[in-house]
Amino acid sequence: MTAPRPVVEMSGITVEFSGVRVLDGVDLTLYPGEVHALMGENGAGKSTLIGALTGTVPILSGEVRIEGEERMPAGVARSRAEGIATVFQETHLSPHLTVAENVMIGNEARGPFGIDWKANRARAAEVLARLGLDDLDPRSPLSALSPAVKQLVAVARALVVEPRVLVLDEPTSSLDAGEVNTLLRVVRGLRDRGVAILFVSHFIEQVFDVADRMTVLRGGRVVGECLAADLDRADLISKMIGEDIDALKALRSERLAHHYSASGEPTLRASALGRRGTLDPTDIELSRGEVVGFAGLNGSGRTELARLMGGAERADSGEIWMDGARVQLRSPGAALRCRVALSTEHLREEGIIRGLTARENIVLALQAMRGWSRPLSRGEQDALIETYFEALHIAPDDIDRPVEELSGGTQQKILLARLLATRPHVLILDEPTRGIDIGAKLDIQRRVARLAGEGVAVVFISSQLEEVVRLSDRIVVLKDREKIGELSNGPGVTVDTIVEMIAADLDGDPEELFGHDCDTGLASPKLFPVT
Amino acid sequence: MSALTTHPTAEPTGVRALAKRLSLHLDTLPTAAAVVIFIGMIVYGEAAYGRIVQFNTLSNLLINNAHLVILTVGLTFVILTGGIDLSVGAVIAFSSVAGVMLMNAGWNPWLAMLLMVLIGTAFGAASGVLVQYFHVQPFIATLAMMFLGRGLASILSTVPERLADDSPLRSLGTQIEIYDGPKVDDIVITPGVIIAAIVVAAAFFVLHRTRTGRTVYAIGGSEQSAALMGLPVAATKMWVYIISGTLSGLAAVVYTARLGSAQNITGIGWELDAIAATVIGGTLLTGGAGFVLGSVVGALVLGLMNVLITRDGGIPPEATTIITGGILLVFVLLQRAVLARRRE
Repeated sequence: MTAPRPVVEMSGITVEFSGVRVLDGVDLTLYPGEVHALMGENGAGKSTLIGALTGTVPILSGEVRIEGEERMPAGVARSRAEGIATVFQETHLSPHLTVAENVMIGNEARGPFGIDWKANRARAAEVLARLGLDDLDPRSPLSALSPAVKQLVAVARALVVEPRVLVLDEPTSSLDAGEVNTLLRVVRGLRDRGVAILFVSHFIEQVFDVADRMTVLRGGRVVGECLAADLDRADLISKMIGEDIDALKALRSERLAHHYSASGEPTLRASALGRRGTLDPTDIELSRGEVVGFAGLNGSGRTELARLMGGAERADSGEIWMDGARVQLRSPGAALRCRVALSTEHLREEGIIRGLTARENIVLALQAMRGWSRPLSRGEQDALIETYFEALHIAPDDIDRPVEELSGGTQQKILLARLLATRPHVLILDEPTRGIDIGAKLDIQRRVARLAGEGVAVVFISSQLEEVVRLSDRIVVLKDREKIGELSNGPGVTVDTIVEMIAADLDGDPEELFGHDCDTGLASPKLFPVT
Repeated sequence: MSALTTHPTAEPTGVRALAKRLSLHLDTLPTAAAVVIFIGMIVYGEAAYGRIVQFNTLSNLLINNAHLVILTVGLTFVILTGGIDLSVGAVIAFSSVAGVMLMNAGWNPWLAMLLMVLIGTAFGAASGVLVQYFHVQPFIATLAMMFLGRGLASILSTVPERLADDSPLRSLGTQIEIYDGPKVDDIVITPGVIIAAIVVAAAFFVLHRTRTGRTVYAIGGSEQSAALMGLPVAATKMWVYIISGTLSGLAAVVYTARLGSAQNITGIGWELDAIAATVIGGTLLTGGAGFVLGSVVGALVLGLMNVLITRDGGIPPEATTIITGGILLVFVLLQRAVLARRRE
């Protein structure tokens, strides 16, 4: 095949957000009739690159050529008019409008009496039928649909303009296996009709299933572009996460070498701790210097148990002892006074205070513990901040910047620093590594390992089972709101051990569980085996 | 009934079908409730006091509330995008005082009327620019415009400015008898009512049949999503404030024509009446869902409530606001219940 003329050529694209370079000289070329996968870890710059293509993100330098003509992208509407349609995630639709309206809005068929609703519904139904949604009533309100159907509606919305270039940003994360197949079939159909497709997905099998060509991004740079056929999975993964994989392996062996076995009085002991409708009564013990991982699907009770232990929710049964003394953890404040610190999974809503600076965020919990009558002096604050900035590798420039301007990884580190400043004996970390870049993940995981070495009892929760296995001395496995067992970690324990344990507890077919619950994050065989 | 037996597989009929439709279109529930309450109030009024279901009572209801209907339509646009416009009452005060003074000073009355409307447009445009380009909260931007309008009106005059008896503006308040009923039971309208009806019809068309109108709804659902869908968010947000301002100017014309005078304290609290009417009519204060016809019903509910309180005689007029507040609260609670149902 002679090289066809590219539809989109992006070259040397550089983008900065408040001084931070998020894309650095990125090239991307899309050919008609080809599915091009854009790969990379969270924070690699995939979404930014899509934004640069559609004009929602300002480009600092570099050029974009559409069919050989240079032009500056100027917003979603203009891009659509030029034939570049983007499918955003299903949350970017309008919940109050009907299906037909969501598909057609901005492109409504109009007659002499304004918008011709009948024609709109017909057109929407036609496009929806191509996605296998023939039986969906275009008049039903969007809010009545499941996330999966909403996502397909978002795809239909992009197809309405008959695009030359279709950009799919994580289109499959809320779809089940059958729906994914439908979508991939449509994608192949469009490709065969000469549409250029940019496909972004976390699901590596889907990417290999559908992609003809891949571009791999890491830290805002292109680390490779090649035909999908020339690349195998292991190569791709190591490209995406780079040299850090060795560091992670080292951490794992280090943890195994220092394997800790509990002895003496537990730091925290809970018996029959539960709350009706949230968690069945659960017994748990945490010892000094131990990392205990909670493993389970979303909704298995892992977060609920953490919240009960951290005082974020009140238990209606059970008792908690700290170092042998009975305690009541009625609120996170009460828990902090008992030296139990909880880092919530909802970083932005319940963790950091976005409008405050990094300094203010870090000082907050310690100050609250001391009471307002004994303010921390500037000197004490500086000492505190210096300690944790160094320990957690936070850039010193960030001290007096509002936290909302910092990256997700830095925000997570600041939350961790705040909790560490209270010198907890028990530290509960709920998803501390979600959505942050690999460097920050590594920093946090190393810190967790060090803390345990210093005698803190750490609870570590992550939907990335690899992380749980890497860090934990002991793994508590939960399912359907109850604890189903505990594993002592060792060389023989892998992700599969836990998966089998959860699956074995299930009456049904484990394959089905993981095939359908793509968004639980536990579908490890399909997810990247990273971090 | 026979239809049911001969077509057992047909669509569910009657109450079941209605319930099914309602459960699918929960958005319409608050508006339906407003209509039910309006009818309930009429029935109660007729039973308790009599002479409610009469041509002249209902005609007067429309005549006396034409300006409120116009205001409410404007507010509906703004609230549908998730915004608010607190300046409408003050705009009426400034616009009507300025208009009457200019007419009395010998300006061409028609030109003065046009200016009254344009004053509203200017205020709306200013609010829109503040909200869209200076990222001021709609509440604060329009609050500033409210103080500005009220202040300007007070600078112009602090006493009632009477309109000349032969002013053409008064012609917009002339009562036109359409149907001559027994005694005084006539169907009467004024040009002001006709203007209000045209405004409602035009607003309905814009909201339901134009892209601008649908964009208004999409912005209210989620501004970020609307932007990602490629909709003209900035221009549309400007438009809603301009529409709201212009309609306040028009309401000033209609109100002044009926009353025959203007004063700087006219319209205090009307923005809140209009917001209340919009909410009672089923528009979500957070935006994205609602109907302009519902807002009209909301305005008439408020108007009818005043009529009933006057007729009752036993309720002190001071209690009017308490009752308005109570009705408003019930409707907001109803909306919350609807939203909670949807989230399930």
